[in-house]
Amino acid sequence: MDIFFQQIINGLVQGSIYALVALGYTMVYGIMGLINFAHGEVVMIGTLVAITVVGTLVDAGMPVALAGLGGVSASVLVCMALGWSLERVAYRPLRHAPRLTPLITAIGMSIVLQNLAMMIWGRNYLTFPSLLPRLHFELGGTHFTFIQVVIVVVSAATMGGLLLLVYRTRLGMAMRATAQNPAVASLMGVNINRVIAAAFVIGSALAALAGIMVGTYYEIAHYQMGFMLGLKAFTAAVLGGIGNMAGAMLGGVLLGIIEALGAGYIGDLTGGFLGSHYQDIFAFVVLIVVLMFKPSGLFGEKTGDRA
Amino acid sequence: MKNGRFFRSTAGVMAGAVLLLVLPFVAAMGGQAWVRILDFAILYVFLALGLNIVVGFAGLLDLGYIAFYAVGAYTWALLASPHFGLHLPIWVILPIGAGLACIAGVLLGSPTLKLRGDYLAIVTLGFGEIVRIFMNNLNAPINITNGPQGITLIDPVAFGSFKFSGTTEIFGLALTGPQKYYYLLIALCVLVVIINLRLQHSRIGRAWQAIREDEVAAKAVGINTRNLKLLAFAMGASFGGVAGGVFSAMQGFVSPESFSLIESIMVLAMVVLGGMGHIPGVILGAVLLSILPEALRYGVGPIQTALFGRLLVDPESLRMLVFGLALVLVMRFRPAGLWPSPERRRELEEAGQ
Repeated sequence: MDIFFQQIINGLVQGSIYALVALGYTMVYGIMGLINFAHGEVVMIGTLVAITVVGTLVDAGMPVALAGLGGVSASVLVCMALGWSLERVAYRPLRHAPRLTPLITAIGMSIVLQNLAMMIWGRNYLTFPSLLPRLHFELGGTHFTFIQVVIVVVSAATMGGLLLLVYRTRLGMAMRATAQNPAVASLMGVNINRVIAAAFVIGSALAALAGIMVGTYYEIAHYQMGFMLGLKAFTAAVLGGIGNMAGAMLGGVLLGIIEALGAGYIGDLTGGFLGSHYQDIFAFVVLIVVLMFKPSGLFGEKTGDRA
Repeated sequence: MKNGRFFRSTAGVMAGAVLLLVLPFVAAMGGQAWVRILDFAILYVFLALGLNIVVGFAGLLDLGYIAFYAVGAYTWALLASPHFGLHLPIWVILPIGAGLACIAGVLLGSPTLKLRGDYLAIVTLGFGEIVRIFMNNLNAPINITNGPQGITLIDPVAFGSFKFSGTTEIFGLALTGPQKYYYLLIALCVLVVIINLRLQHSRIGRAWQAIREDEVAAKAVGINTRNLKLLAFAMGASFGGVAGGVFSAMQGFVSPESFSLIESIMVLAMVVLGGMGHIPGVILGAVLLSILPEALRYGVGPIQTALFGRLLVDPESLRMLVFGLALVLVMRFRPAGLWPSPERRRELEEAGQ
């Protein structure tokens, strides 16, 4: 049973990160029905910017805590700017284009960002500076670290804040209205362009936070790290029902836990035939099974028959 | 059809055919590497036309297409290499590869029939990843795929004693391996183009188009949407399987690395960038997107040295950067693709007004 709870905790940590990234996918999708394939790269840029800024500040003699704060803010700001420009360059001009067109520009932007990152930060794995003290806790036989606690708490707080923003502010109301029906929303005086830009900017800020969490947790970063993470997060968003914010959060956490449990138990389940390197399969198998029975995800609204 | 137009189009086809026939010799002047680039361009045309059946005709967004290519490639690799000591002839392997890919297509298609749009996209994507992960890991406890190292020394395509690898002399012309493969691939491609053209205007093709435009309406007029969607998956997958087999034989080596998600995305980009559902457009897209990165490979380094006297940025990442930008710019200025079908362009213009 110890492994079980241990894996639940590991899964919860990984899942909170997925959830933050998944929110970025789902917000953009909910408002404009578009898969922002470049979102994973925003996470990657967030991590790498944080590395550079923290490194520079620490070299300049700043205390680690302050440098960390500087790194986080710089990374969030850079990502917000990046998200905003992504929307302006790659998606806004194509809002009335055929459905697959923005998918291809998204892929193009993803390739551009990856290679830009490779030019700036190089091909090698970079070490992420340790910003938090490495404390260990033990509770009823399961171990967890201070970093894990911070990741879960910060994600939960961020998601709570996001829900407040969406359900308690004028901007949130405008976002929900646009998601329901952009044409009518704009007749009611909602500035659609601003709402869409806001969705990108907020999603990118969450991506930056997630990126820093990944960096702190695994202590390495790489220009290709965004791809698989983005894919998993997108899977989580679809699992929860894409376009649904609560769905993305639950989908993310669920996916993290399923993966962790899968990796922990697959050897036993298959009599040693399949090992833990099949971990990545779980996300997709679960996704396919869920969608077979609930074609619009766990919490997704039943969509109309026109795709 | 008017006589004049008939003769003009026949003349055009003839000129095109002659051009295609002499192209490998022209390319060979720049070295055999260029012939190989041509071979891959045509292989991608083949793949893109297969995917076009699924995405372009039936409107099913498939992001895991490369999985079928992988099935075909591994089938060939396992049945014609020292790995299992099997060396079966092409007549046996290619149908098995196409058949297995077809089964994989139906396997993927059947649970996803209810899904639409982006849900389908992510499931196909997941399927592609599952196939790749299995190929990467099926080397233990029983070594089937040899894991990440892949399978080497795969037999080339051979008809009887005529092998497609190495140089042979035919009618006094020395044909290199890549040149022979070029003609084989061209022949296969012509076949696929004919199948595609025939399909497009057949009952099936029109039914697919109806499903693409409005599935509920298609169902209401009595189209068996389930069978037709499965058929689209199965046909697209079989083409992928054949392409994979030829790829495997041509390379002599397969590893899971060749079947990553980015490959699926590339083939999809070819279809969309060229002009989804429009056969000449898809061919154009495939040729451009497969040759552009190679041309850039030879271009960006020298241009940099010429302009600045030295290499400022790593040419490899620069060429991919330019490639990504090209994707964005093309879609930005030609949202329906470079060469969309006339009907599609009309629809777009009407929608834009």
